[in-house]
Amino acid sequence: MNAGTLSVARAIARRDLLVEWRSRVVTNQVIPFAVLVMVMFAFALDSDAVLERVAPGLVWLATIFSVLFLTARSFAVETADGALDAMRSAGVNPMAIYLGKAVAVAVQLLVLDIALVVAAVVLYRADVSLGGGVLLVTTILVATTGLASVATLYGGLAAGTKGRETLLPLLLLPVVAPVLIGATRATESAFGTNGIEVSEGWPWLGLLAVFAVLFSVVGAVAFGPLVDE
Amino acid sequence: MSGAQPIATSAAPHAANGSVVELIDAVALIGSFPALAGATLRVERGEILLLRGPNGAGKTSLLRLCAGLLPLERGSASVCGVDLATERERVRAHVGIIGHTNGLYHDLTVAENVGFWGRLSSASSAEVSEAMARMGLDGRLAGVRVSKLSAGQRRRTALAGLVARRAELWLLDEPHAGLDADGRDELDRVLRAAAESGATIIVASHELERAGGLATRQVEVVAGQVRGGPR
Repeated sequence: MNAGTLSVARAIARRDLLVEWRSRVVTNQVIPFAVLVMVMFAFALDSDAVLERVAPGLVWLATIFSVLFLTARSFAVETADGALDAMRSAGVNPMAIYLGKAVAVAVQLLVLDIALVVAAVVLYRADVSLGGGVLLVTTILVATTGLASVATLYGGLAAGTKGRETLLPLLLLPVVAPVLIGATRATESAFGTNGIEVSEGWPWLGLLAVFAVLFSVVGAVAFGPLVDE
Repeated sequence: MSGAQPIATSAAPHAANGSVVELIDAVALIGSFPALAGATLRVERGEILLLRGPNGAGKTSLLRLCAGLLPLERGSASVCGVDLATERERVRAHVGIIGHTNGLYHDLTVAENVGFWGRLSSASSAEVSEAMARMGLDGRLAGVRVSKLSAGQRRRTALAGLVARRAELWLLDEPHAGLDADGRDELDRVLRAAAESGATIIVASHELERAGGLATRQVEVVAGQVRGGPR
Protein backbone atom coordinates (compact mmCIF):
# COMPACT_ATOMS: atom_id res chain seq x y z
CA MET A 1 0.00 0.00 0.00
CA ASN A 2 1.53 3.34 -1.04
CA ALA A 3 0.87 6.99 -0.25
CA GLY A 4 -1.29 7.30 -3.37
CA THR A 5 -3.56 4.52 -2.18
CA LEU A 6 -3.95 6.14 1.24
CA SER A 7 -4.60 9.53 -0.31
CA VAL A 8 -7.35 8.13 -2.56
CA ALA A 9 -8.80 6.14 0.36
CA ARG A 10 -8.92 9.35 2.40
CA ALA A 11 -10.74 11.16 -0.45
CA ILE A 12 -13.29 8.35 -0.69
CA ALA A 13 -13.88 8.21 3.08
CA ARG A 14 -14.26 11.99 3.19
CA ARG A 15 -16.73 11.91 0.30
CA ASP A 16 -18.83 9.13 1.88
CA LEU A 17 -19.03 11.03 5.15
CA LEU A 18 -19.94 14.21 3.28
CA VAL A 19 -22.74 12.35 1.48
CA GLU A 20 -24.00 11.15 4.85
CA TRP A 21 -23.71 14.62 6.37
CA ARG A 22 -25.86 15.97 3.52
CA SER A 23 -28.43 13.19 3.43
CA ARG A 24 -28.57 12.52 7.22
CA VAL A 25 -29.74 8.96 6.62
CA VAL A 26 -27.73 7.60 9.55
CA THR A 27 -28.74 10.26 12.02
CA ASN A 28 -32.38 10.49 10.95
CA GLN A 29 -33.11 6.87 10.10
CA VAL A 30 -30.50 4.27 11.10
CA ILE A 31 -29.84 5.46 14.67
CA PRO A 32 -33.56 5.89 15.42
CA PHE A 33 -34.15 2.40 14.00
CA ALA A 34 -31.46 0.89 16.25
CA VAL A 35 -32.77 2.67 19.35
CA LEU A 36 -36.29 1.57 18.42
CA VAL A 37 -35.10 -2.04 18.32
CA MET A 38 -33.75 -1.59 21.86
CA VAL A 39 -37.06 -0.10 23.00
CA MET A 40 -39.06 -2.91 21.40
CA PHE A 41 -36.90 -5.48 23.17
CA ALA A 42 -37.62 -3.67 26.43
CA PHE A 43 -41.36 -3.93 25.73
CA ALA A 44 -41.09 -7.58 24.73
CA LEU A 45 -38.99 -8.74 27.69
CA ASP A 46 -40.70 -6.47 30.22
CA SER A 47 -38.47 -7.43 33.15
CA ASP A 48 -35.67 -5.28 34.57
CA ALA A 49 -33.73 -8.33 35.69
CA VAL A 50 -33.89 -9.97 32.28
CA LEU A 51 -33.11 -6.73 30.46
CA GLU A 52 -30.08 -6.09 32.61
CA ARG A 53 -28.83 -9.60 31.84
CA VAL A 54 -29.36 -9.45 28.07
CA ALA A 55 -28.47 -5.77 27.52
CA PRO A 56 -24.98 -6.45 26.04
CA GLY A 57 -26.35 -8.91 23.50
CA LEU A 58 -29.14 -6.54 22.51
CA VAL A 59 -26.68 -3.68 21.95
CA TRP A 60 -24.70 -5.81 19.51
CA LEU A 61 -27.75 -7.34 17.85
CA ALA A 62 -29.08 -3.85 17.17
CA THR A 63 -25.63 -2.85 15.89
CA ILE A 64 -25.47 -5.78 13.49
CA PHE A 65 -28.99 -5.15 12.15
CA SER A 66 -28.02 -1.52 11.61
CA VAL A 67 -24.81 -2.49 9.81
CA LEU A 68 -27.00 -3.99 7.11
CA PHE A 69 -28.68 -0.63 6.50
CA LEU A 70 -25.41 1.30 6.67
CA THR A 71 -23.72 -0.98 4.18
CA ALA A 72 -26.67 -1.08 1.80
CA ARG A 73 -26.81 2.71 1.91
CA SER A 74 -23.05 3.02 1.37
CA PHE A 75 -23.24 1.04 -1.87
CA ALA A 76 -26.60 2.40 -3.01
CA VAL A 77 -24.89 5.79 -3.22
CA GLU A 78 -22.23 4.22 -5.44
CA THR A 79 -24.57 2.37 -7.77
CA ALA A 80 -27.36 4.98 -8.13
CA ASP A 81 -25.54 6.77 -10.96
CA GLY A 82 -22.81 4.26 -11.77
CA ALA A 83 -20.13 5.90 -9.61
CA LEU A 84 -18.54 2.62 -8.52
CA ASP A 85 -18.26 1.51 -12.14
CA ALA A 86 -16.88 4.92 -13.04
CA MET A 87 -14.18 4.61 -10.37
CA ARG A 88 -13.20 1.16 -11.57
CA SER A 89 -13.26 2.36 -15.20
CA ALA A 90 -10.96 5.22 -14.21
CA GLY A 91 -8.45 2.76 -12.79
CA VAL A 92 -8.96 3.77 -9.16
CA ASN A 93 -7.17 1.24 -6.98
CA PRO A 94 -9.85 -1.11 -5.55
CA MET A 95 -7.89 -1.39 -2.32
CA ALA A 96 -8.28 2.38 -1.88
CA ILE A 97 -12.01 2.15 -2.61
CA TYR A 98 -12.35 -0.63 -0.03
CA LEU A 99 -10.35 1.15 2.65
CA GLY A 100 -12.11 4.47 2.11
CA LYS A 101 -15.57 2.97 2.28
CA ALA A 102 -14.69 0.75 5.27
CA VAL A 103 -13.39 3.76 7.21
CA ALA A 104 -16.55 5.74 6.45
CA VAL A 105 -18.76 2.83 7.57
CA ALA A 106 -16.65 2.45 10.73
CA VAL A 107 -17.03 6.12 11.65
CA GLN A 108 -20.81 5.92 11.25
CA LEU A 109 -20.89 2.69 13.25
CA LEU A 110 -18.98 4.34 16.10
CA VAL A 111 -21.60 7.08 16.32
CA LEU A 112 -24.32 4.42 16.29
CA ASP A 113 -22.62 2.36 19.01
CA ILE A 114 -22.32 5.37 21.29
CA ALA A 115 -26.06 5.99 20.88
CA LEU A 116 -26.82 2.32 21.61
CA VAL A 117 -24.65 2.17 24.73
CA VAL A 118 -26.36 5.30 26.03
CA ALA A 119 -29.71 3.67 25.25
CA ALA A 120 -28.64 0.52 27.13
CA VAL A 121 -27.64 2.55 30.18
CA VAL A 122 -30.91 4.50 30.14
CA LEU A 123 -33.34 1.75 29.15
CA TYR A 124 -31.74 -1.31 30.70
CA ARG A 125 -29.98 0.38 33.61
CA ALA A 126 -26.64 -1.02 32.56
CA ASP A 127 -23.81 0.08 34.82
CA VAL A 128 -20.23 0.77 33.68
CA SER A 129 -17.25 1.15 36.03
CA LEU A 130 -14.03 2.95 35.05
CA GLY A 131 -12.25 -0.30 34.21
CA GLY A 132 -15.35 -1.49 32.43
CA GLY A 133 -15.42 1.75 30.47
CA VAL A 134 -11.92 1.16 29.12
CA LEU A 135 -12.89 -2.38 28.11
CA LEU A 136 -16.13 -1.14 26.56
CA VAL A 137 -14.42 1.56 24.47
CA THR A 138 -11.77 -0.91 23.29
CA THR A 139 -14.44 -3.48 22.45
CA ILE A 140 -16.44 -0.95 20.46
CA LEU A 141 -13.34 0.15 18.50
CA VAL A 142 -12.16 -3.36 17.65
CA ALA A 143 -15.61 -4.82 16.96
CA THR A 144 -16.49 -1.81 14.79
CA THR A 145 -13.33 -2.29 12.75
CA GLY A 146 -14.21 -5.94 12.18
CA LEU A 147 -17.83 -5.23 11.31
CA ALA A 148 -16.95 -2.40 8.93
CA SER A 149 -14.31 -4.55 7.22
CA VAL A 150 -16.53 -7.51 6.56
CA ALA A 151 -19.63 -5.45 5.77
CA THR A 152 -17.77 -3.40 3.16
CA LEU A 153 -16.43 -6.55 1.53
CA TYR A 154 -19.84 -8.22 1.31
CA GLY A 155 -21.56 -4.94 0.46
CA GLY A 156 -19.30 -4.61 -2.58
CA LEU A 157 -19.97 -8.20 -3.54
CA ALA A 158 -23.75 -7.75 -3.31
CA ALA A 159 -23.77 -4.29 -4.92
CA GLY A 160 -23.86 -5.53 -8.49
CA THR A 161 -26.30 -8.37 -7.97
CA LYS A 162 -30.04 -8.68 -8.35
CA GLY A 163 -31.89 -8.90 -5.04
CA ARG A 164 -28.97 -7.31 -3.20
CA GLU A 165 -31.26 -6.08 -0.41
CA THR A 166 -32.00 -9.66 0.64
CA LEU A 167 -28.67 -11.15 -0.39
CA LEU A 168 -26.60 -8.93 1.88
CA PRO A 169 -28.16 -10.14 5.17
CA LEU A 170 -27.90 -13.74 4.01
CA LEU A 171 -24.20 -13.32 3.29
CA LEU A 172 -23.30 -11.11 6.20
CA LEU A 173 -25.18 -12.38 9.25
CA PRO A 174 -23.53 -15.82 9.47
CA VAL A 175 -20.07 -14.33 9.00
CA VAL A 176 -20.42 -11.76 11.78
CA ALA A 177 -21.50 -14.35 14.37
CA PRO A 178 -18.01 -14.34 15.97
CA VAL A 179 -18.26 -10.56 16.44
CA LEU A 180 -21.67 -10.91 18.03
CA ILE A 181 -20.36 -13.53 20.46
CA GLY A 182 -17.04 -11.86 21.27
CA ALA A 183 -18.41 -8.34 21.58
CA THR A 184 -21.35 -9.50 23.71
CA ARG A 185 -19.10 -11.38 26.14
CA ALA A 186 -16.68 -8.45 26.40
CA THR A 187 -19.56 -6.01 26.93
CA GLU A 188 -21.06 -8.27 29.61
CA SER A 189 -17.77 -7.95 31.47
CA ALA A 190 -17.73 -4.19 30.97
CA PHE A 191 -21.29 -3.91 32.33
CA GLY A 192 -20.57 -6.43 35.11
CA THR A 193 -23.58 -8.48 33.99
CA ASN A 194 -24.25 -11.45 36.28
CA GLY A 195 -21.26 -10.46 38.39
CA ILE A 196 -18.73 -11.12 35.61
CA GLU A 197 -15.36 -9.44 36.27
CA VAL A 198 -13.92 -6.87 33.86
CA SER A 199 -10.77 -8.99 33.54
CA GLU A 200 -12.81 -11.83 32.03
CA GLY A 201 -13.74 -9.65 29.07
CA TRP A 202 -10.25 -8.92 27.76
CA PRO A 203 -9.60 -12.38 26.26
CA TRP A 204 -12.66 -11.93 24.03
CA LEU A 205 -10.94 -8.94 22.48
CA GLY A 206 -8.42 -11.38 21.02
CA LEU A 207 -11.17 -13.01 18.99
CA LEU A 208 -12.45 -9.61 17.87
CA ALA A 209 -8.93 -8.46 16.94
CA VAL A 210 -8.23 -11.59 14.89
CA PHE A 211 -11.54 -11.11 13.08
CA ALA A 212 -10.81 -7.44 12.39
CA VAL A 213 -7.30 -8.08 11.07
CA LEU A 214 -8.38 -11.10 9.01
CA PHE A 215 -11.25 -9.35 7.25
CA SER A 216 -9.33 -6.09 6.79
CA VAL A 217 -6.61 -7.97 4.91
CA VAL A 218 -8.96 -10.27 3.00
CA GLY A 219 -11.20 -7.34 2.13
CA ALA A 220 -8.37 -5.16 0.87
CA VAL A 221 -7.09 -7.95 -1.36
CA ALA A 222 -10.38 -9.48 -2.53
CA PHE A 223 -12.55 -6.38 -2.99
CA GLY A 224 -11.31 -5.58 -6.52
CA PRO A 225 -11.80 -9.02 -8.04
CA LEU A 226 -15.18 -9.44 -6.30
CA VAL A 227 -16.51 -6.07 -7.48
CA ASP A 228 -15.22 -6.62 -11.02
CA GLU A 229 -17.01 -9.97 -11.17
CA MET B 1 -15.67 29.04 -20.86
CA SER B 2 -12.27 29.49 -22.44
CA GLY B 3 -11.15 27.30 -25.27
CA ALA B 4 -7.70 28.70 -25.85
CA GLN B 5 -5.73 26.80 -23.24
CA PRO B 6 -5.05 23.14 -23.87
CA ILE B 7 -6.78 20.64 -21.59
CA ALA B 8 -4.24 19.13 -19.24
CA THR B 9 -4.06 15.41 -19.93
CA SER B 10 -2.36 12.54 -18.18
CA ALA B 11 1.10 12.05 -19.57
CA ALA B 12 1.32 8.89 -21.62
CA PRO B 13 3.82 7.91 -24.28
CA HIS B 14 1.86 7.85 -27.53
CA ALA B 15 2.22 5.40 -30.37
CA ALA B 16 5.12 6.22 -32.61
CA ASN B 17 2.80 7.61 -35.30
CA GLY B 18 1.06 9.96 -32.82
CA SER B 19 -2.34 8.21 -32.91
CA VAL B 20 -4.33 8.21 -29.69
CA VAL B 21 -6.12 5.01 -30.72
CA GLU B 22 -4.73 2.39 -33.06
CA LEU B 23 -6.57 -0.91 -33.48
CA ILE B 24 -5.47 -3.50 -36.03
CA ASP B 25 -7.69 -6.54 -36.56
CA ALA B 26 -8.78 -6.32 -32.93
CA VAL B 27 -10.89 -9.20 -31.68
CA ALA B 28 -12.71 -9.05 -28.34
CA LEU B 29 -15.09 -11.61 -26.91
CA ILE B 30 -18.06 -11.32 -24.59
CA GLY B 31 -18.32 -14.88 -23.34
CA SER B 32 -17.77 -16.79 -26.56
CA PHE B 33 -19.47 -14.14 -28.73
CA PRO B 34 -17.07 -12.05 -30.83
CA ALA B 35 -18.23 -8.53 -29.93
CA LEU B 36 -15.38 -7.20 -32.05
CA ALA B 37 -14.38 -9.38 -34.99
CA GLY B 38 -11.28 -7.81 -36.50
CA ALA B 39 -11.83 -4.10 -35.95
CA THR B 40 -9.26 -1.73 -37.44
CA LEU B 41 -9.34 1.94 -36.48
CA ARG B 42 -7.01 4.88 -36.02
CA VAL B 43 -7.96 8.07 -34.19
CA GLU B 44 -5.75 11.15 -34.04
CA ARG B 45 -5.46 13.64 -31.21
CA GLY B 46 -8.18 16.30 -31.24
CA GLU B 47 -10.59 14.30 -33.39
CA ILE B 48 -14.28 13.85 -32.59
CA LEU B 49 -15.07 10.48 -34.10
CA LEU B 50 -18.64 9.25 -34.47
CA LEU B 51 -19.27 5.52 -34.29
CA ARG B 52 -22.56 4.69 -35.95
CA GLY B 53 -24.23 1.38 -36.55
CA PRO B 54 -27.20 -0.75 -35.50
CA ASN B 55 -27.78 -2.13 -32.01
CA GLY B 56 -25.43 -5.00 -31.22
CA ALA B 57 -22.97 -4.00 -33.93
CA GLY B 58 -20.13 -3.57 -31.45
CA LYS B 59 -20.03 0.20 -30.81
CA THR B 60 -20.14 -0.07 -27.04
CA SER B 61 -17.71 -3.01 -27.09
CA LEU B 62 -15.29 -0.90 -29.09
CA LEU B 63 -15.53 1.86 -26.48
CA ARG B 64 -15.04 -0.67 -23.68
CA LEU B 65 -12.02 -2.18 -25.41
CA CYS B 66 -10.45 1.28 -25.74
CA ALA B 67 -11.19 1.92 -22.04
CA GLY B 68 -9.39 -1.25 -21.01
CA LEU B 69 -12.62 -2.80 -19.74
CA LEU B 70 -12.77 -5.57 -22.34
CA PRO B 71 -9.75 -7.81 -22.92
CA LEU B 72 -8.15 -7.96 -26.35
CA GLU B 73 -8.35 -11.53 -27.61
CA ARG B 74 -6.40 -11.19 -30.87
CA GLY B 75 -4.93 -8.49 -33.07
CA SER B 76 -3.20 -5.42 -31.73
CA ALA B 77 -4.53 -2.39 -29.90
CA SER B 78 -2.78 0.69 -28.57
CA VAL B 79 -4.59 3.48 -26.71
CA CYS B 80 -2.78 6.58 -25.47
CA GLY B 81 0.46 4.71 -26.11
CA VAL B 82 -0.53 1.79 -23.88
CA ASP B 83 -0.54 -1.70 -25.37
CA LEU B 84 -3.93 -3.20 -24.49
CA ALA B 85 -2.67 -6.73 -25.03
CA THR B 86 -0.22 -6.55 -22.16
CA GLU B 87 -1.21 -3.70 -19.82
CA ARG B 88 -4.83 -2.76 -20.37
CA GLU B 89 -5.34 -1.86 -16.68
CA ARG B 90 -2.85 0.97 -17.13
CA VAL B 91 -4.82 2.67 -19.89
CA ARG B 92 -7.73 3.40 -17.54
CA ALA B 93 -5.99 6.35 -15.95
CA HIS B 94 -5.73 8.05 -19.37
CA VAL B 95 -9.27 7.37 -20.55
CA GLY B 96 -12.70 8.53 -19.41
CA ILE B 97 -15.81 6.61 -20.38
CA ILE B 98 -19.33 7.88 -19.84
CA GLY B 99 -22.23 5.64 -20.72
CA HIS B 100 -25.85 5.75 -19.67
CA THR B 101 -24.87 6.86 -16.17
CA ASN B 102 -22.80 9.86 -15.14
CA GLY B 103 -20.93 8.47 -12.11
CA LEU B 104 -22.08 11.34 -9.88
CA TYR B 105 -23.14 11.62 -6.22
CA HIS B 106 -26.50 13.31 -6.19
CA ASP B 107 -26.32 14.56 -2.59
CA LEU B 108 -23.11 16.46 -3.34
CA THR B 109 -22.72 19.72 -5.21
CA VAL B 110 -21.18 20.15 -8.65
CA ALA B 111 -17.96 21.47 -7.11
CA GLU B 112 -17.78 18.59 -4.63
CA ASN B 113 -18.30 16.00 -7.36
CA VAL B 114 -15.72 17.49 -9.71
CA GLY B 115 -13.38 18.07 -6.78
CA PHE B 116 -13.67 14.42 -5.78
CA TRP B 117 -12.70 13.23 -9.25
CA GLY B 118 -9.86 15.72 -9.30
CA ARG B 119 -8.56 14.52 -5.93
CA LEU B 120 -8.40 10.96 -7.25
CA SER B 121 -5.84 12.24 -9.77
CA SER B 122 -4.11 14.66 -7.39
CA ALA B 123 -5.48 17.65 -9.31
CA SER B 124 -5.06 21.03 -7.66
CA SER B 125 -8.07 23.13 -6.69
CA ALA B 126 -7.13 25.51 -9.51
CA GLU B 127 -7.31 22.64 -11.99
CA VAL B 128 -10.71 21.63 -10.62
CA SER B 129 -11.98 25.20 -10.94
CA GLU B 130 -10.65 25.36 -14.48
CA ALA B 131 -12.40 22.08 -15.33
CA MET B 132 -15.72 23.45 -14.10
CA ALA B 133 -15.22 26.70 -15.96
CA ARG B 134 -14.54 24.82 -19.19
CA MET B 135 -17.84 23.02 -18.87
CA GLY B 136 -19.74 26.19 -17.98
CA LEU B 137 -20.30 25.05 -14.40
CA ASP B 138 -18.59 27.84 -12.52
CA GLY B 139 -20.47 30.52 -10.61
CA ARG B 140 -23.86 29.71 -9.17
CA LEU B 141 -24.01 26.17 -10.56
CA ALA B 142 -20.87 25.11 -8.68
CA GLY B 143 -22.71 25.11 -5.37
CA VAL B 144 -25.87 23.37 -6.59
CA ARG B 145 -26.52 19.75 -5.62
CA VAL B 146 -26.44 17.36 -8.55
CA SER B 147 -29.95 16.16 -7.68
CA LYS B 148 -31.22 19.65 -8.57
CA LEU B 149 -29.51 19.78 -12.00
CA SER B 150 -30.99 19.14 -15.42
CA ALA B 151 -29.86 16.09 -17.38
CA GLY B 152 -27.61 18.26 -19.55
CA GLN B 153 -25.98 19.91 -16.55
CA ARG B 154 -25.34 16.49 -15.01
CA ARG B 155 -23.71 15.31 -18.22
CA ARG B 156 -21.47 18.40 -18.23
CA THR B 157 -20.59 17.77 -14.59
CA ALA B 158 -19.48 14.26 -15.52
CA LEU B 159 -17.40 15.70 -18.37
CA ALA B 160 -15.84 18.21 -15.98
CA GLY B 161 -14.80 15.20 -13.91
CA LEU B 162 -12.95 13.86 -16.95
CA VAL B 163 -11.17 17.18 -17.40
CA ALA B 164 -10.29 17.30 -13.70
CA ARG B 165 -8.74 13.87 -13.80
CA ARG B 166 -6.92 14.80 -17.03
CA ALA B 167 -8.48 12.11 -19.20
CA GLU B 168 -6.88 12.23 -22.62
CA LEU B 169 -9.40 10.13 -24.51
CA TRP B 170 -13.14 10.61 -23.89
CA LEU B 171 -15.39 7.70 -24.78
CA LEU B 172 -19.04 8.75 -24.82
CA ASP B 173 -21.87 6.25 -25.32
CA GLU B 174 -25.05 8.01 -26.48
CA PRO B 175 -24.11 11.31 -24.85
CA HIS B 176 -27.18 13.14 -26.18
CA ALA B 177 -29.68 10.64 -24.78
CA GLY B 178 -32.19 12.21 -22.42
CA LEU B 179 -31.12 15.80 -23.11
CA ASP B 180 -33.42 18.55 -24.33
CA ALA B 181 -32.49 20.77 -27.28
CA ASP B 182 -30.67 23.34 -25.12
CA GLY B 183 -28.81 20.60 -23.28
CA ARG B 184 -27.70 19.05 -26.55
CA ASP B 185 -26.51 22.37 -27.95
CA GLU B 186 -24.56 23.10 -24.77
CA LEU B 187 -23.05 19.61 -24.77
CA ASP B 188 -21.93 19.96 -28.39
CA ARG B 189 -20.39 23.32 -27.60
CA VAL B 190 -18.28 22.00 -24.72
CA LEU B 191 -17.25 18.89 -26.64
CA ARG B 192 -16.05 20.96 -29.60
CA ALA B 193 -14.14 23.25 -27.27
CA ALA B 194 -12.58 20.26 -25.52
CA ALA B 195 -11.46 18.75 -28.82
CA GLU B 196 -10.02 22.09 -29.95
CA SER B 197 -7.96 22.20 -26.79
CA GLY B 198 -6.55 18.71 -27.22
CA ALA B 199 -8.98 16.09 -25.98
CA THR B 200 -9.75 13.20 -28.32
CA ILE B 201 -13.39 12.15 -28.31
CA ILE B 202 -15.12 9.03 -29.60
CA VAL B 203 -18.91 9.15 -29.59
CA ALA B 204 -21.18 6.15 -30.13
CA SER B 205 -24.63 7.34 -31.10
CA HIS B 206 -27.84 6.46 -32.87
CA GLU B 207 -28.69 10.11 -33.26
CA LEU B 208 -26.86 10.57 -36.54
CA GLU B 209 -28.18 14.02 -37.35
CA ARG B 210 -27.13 15.41 -33.99
CA ALA B 211 -23.89 13.54 -33.50
CA GLY B 212 -22.97 13.74 -37.18
CA GLY B 213 -22.93 17.52 -36.96
CA LEU B 214 -20.62 17.34 -33.97
CA ALA B 215 -18.14 14.80 -35.35
CA THR B 216 -15.09 15.61 -37.39
CA ARG B 217 -15.19 12.07 -38.84
CA GLN B 218 -17.59 9.15 -38.91
CA VAL B 219 -17.13 5.42 -39.21
CA GLU B 220 -19.68 2.65 -39.27
CA VAL B 221 -19.49 -0.36 -36.98
CA VAL B 222 -21.10 -3.46 -38.45
CA ALA B 223 -20.85 -6.98 -37.08
CA GLY B 224 -17.87 -6.13 -34.91
CA GLN B 225 -15.88 -4.51 -37.70
CA VAL B 226 -15.21 -0.89 -38.57
CA ARG B 227 -16.05 0.40 -42.04
CA GLY B 228 -14.28 3.52 -43.17
CA GLY B 229 -11.56 2.58 -40.67
CA PRO B 230 -8.06 4.07 -40.80
CA ARG B 231 -7.75 7.35 -42.63
